[in-house]
Amino acid sequence: MSILLIAEHDNSTLNPATLSAVTAASQLGGDISILVAGSGCQSVADEAAQVMGISKVLLADNACYEKGLAENLSVLIVELAADYNHIIAAASSTIKDTMPRVAALLDVGQLSEIVAVESADTFKRPIYAGNAIATVQSLDTVKVITVRASAFEKAKAEGGNANTEVVDVVFDIGGSRFVSEELVKSGRPELTAASTVISGGRGLGSAENFSLLEKVADKLGAAVGASRAAVDAGFVSNDLQVGQTGKIVAPELYIAVGISGAIQHLAGMKESKVIVAINKDGEAPIFQVADYGLVGDLFEVLPELETKL
Amino acid sequence: MKIIVSVKRVIDYNVKVRVKSDNSDVDLSNVKMALNPFCEIAVEEAIRLKEAGIASEIVVVSIGPNAVQEQLRTAMALGADRAIHIETDSQPEPLNVAKLLAKVMEVEAPELVILGKQSIDSDNNQVGQMLAALTRRPQGTFASKVTVEGGDVLVTREVDGGLRTLSLTLPAIVTTDLRLNEPRYAKLPDIMKAKRKPLEVKTPADFGVEFKQHISQLKVETPAQRQAGIKLDSVDALIDKLKNEAKVI
Ligand SMILES: Cc1cc2nc3c(=O)[nH]c(=O)nc-3n(C[C@H](O)[C@H](O)[C@H](O)COP(=O)(O)OP(=O)(O)OC[C@H]3O[C@@H](n4cnc5c(N)ncnc54)[C@H](O)[C@@H]3O)c2cc1C
Repeated sequence: MSILLIAEHDNSTLNPATLSAVTAASQLGGDISILVAGSGCQSVADEAAQVMGISKVLLADNACYEKGLAENLSVLIVELAADYNHIIAAASSTIKDTMPRVAALLDVGQLSEIVAVESADTFKRPIYAGNAIATVQSLDTVKVITVRASAFEKAKAEGGNANTEVVDVVFDIGGSRFVSEELVKSGRPELTAASTVISGGRGLGSAENFSLLEKVADKLGAAVGASRAAVDAGFVSNDLQVGQTGKIVAPELYIAVGISGAIQHLAGMKESKVIVAINKDGEAPIFQVADYGLVGDLFEVLPELETKL
Repeated sequence: MKIIVSVKRVIDYNVKVRVKSDNSDVDLSNVKMALNPFCEIAVEEAIRLKEAGIASEIVVVSIGPNAVQEQLRTAMALGADRAIHIETDSQPEPLNVAKLLAKVMEVEAPELVILGKQSIDSDNNQVGQMLAALTRRPQGTFASKVTVEGGDVLVTREVDGGLRTLSLTLPAIVTTDLRLNEPRYAKLPDIMKAKRKPLEVKTPADFGVEFKQHISQLKVETPAQRQAGIKLDSVDALIDKLKNEAKVI
């Protein structure tokens, strides 16, 4: 048995979600090769070689892989696929974009966002915004899998010693061209990697008011998240959305402020270890999943929290 | 320009689904069904492109039992010109859906295909990308902005770190994210008019597609439920609990 794992990175560092995928992959049993495809990404390959549990690093370093265009990346993965029984990666936006193309080109099904490995062909995955958990078995010889990173511990980033092999096939398929990007820079921890997350909803009322929440975040060393309503209203950028269609988080502590607790929001945070809800409506559904609830006006609670923490 | 929009009939997003007591599947009997929210956004985007004079015809496609005609009529009430219903009682997997849509593309030769990025039932997020791969066309997934410029479409995508814009050569496949637009409601006269718009019924066999099973669903369970905890009456009490009981700060 052998496994091809696709690394998630920004051409300079390995994204920690990859380490969660390594844990899922190691539960399948078999040698794990990790593909680092990008441009000027030698440092990522070096980092990947250190990860515990990796047997081989495949480095595809070419300008055509720089932006992770699904058209190019999928063909590269398919080219390498013949040697492997499993193709697996963390369900990042690049992977969600690319993996179904890989599956279709291989004429196999894809298992999206698994949360548990039952055996080498059987997995658990949430459906209906996490209101049901399906146990699914792949009937294909090659299994294409994406992993919900929050459901797996991270593999050790150090202690491994894998060899790196250069893959010099170039697939510049054309048809899709990178134009521009607006990446949000923040000094706070990354949402999906943070041990504490504080999220704001429509109740915050405006972009300016989000600073009340950010001040508490900074006291706690927390990442900031948001509900869809807060993103749609333009209070914060889209990369902060937590939920069925946003990011899935499972921190030690999740604080929901001015968020009602719609099932689509719960889908993204209900696996958090401790949940705190701050809401002026004592009947808000968020309290049904909160370990600690505070019924009150967030405009009073947030400044008080900031001073007392 | 011709646009194809594919739509799925799913459980209404406000309904919390229940698992059958024999754990074979979820229970959809007597549950309110609706157009998948992302598909609704796809239909809206196509209509806006038509209103802007860019699209000339919108063909809406759905695969499923007879009941999906309700959603096709809804899409036509909103503004789609005609519909294709590919009838099947099975619940085809994403790859089978993509294979059927690829055949529809062969017949219809659209310049643009717009799909929802995922359906809120199976949460797979696969069909658009699979369709693009099978037809060897470029894709713009998770779109929050779509602009047609000559022979290209500019797609701004919601990605983990923010937003990314791609330029795709038409024909192309686009999948919608939530912030692409806000769908309109169908007006009563349009609902009446939609009843007379053409709706063609086909079968997978008409397109020469045979469904293949890739994934078998062994069981479906209710996830572990969280218990509601306690309500506190002050910020001090909250800080105390987080420090001394939960030990998370
Ligand atoms: C297909 C689909 C996908 C979706 N995906 C997501 C997703 O990924 N993530 C997501 O979050 N949502 C998602 N949604 C939207 C979801 O259904 C809800 O609409 C959204 O989560 C509501 O956001 P909210 O809780 O901030 O707003 P509201 O529901 O409006 O709640 C605001 C809350 O703030 C409280 N409040 C107001 N003022 C104060 C105050 N001064 N002090 C204290 N409390 C106050 C109110 O009591 C209320 O409970 C999706 C919806 C659909 C249809």
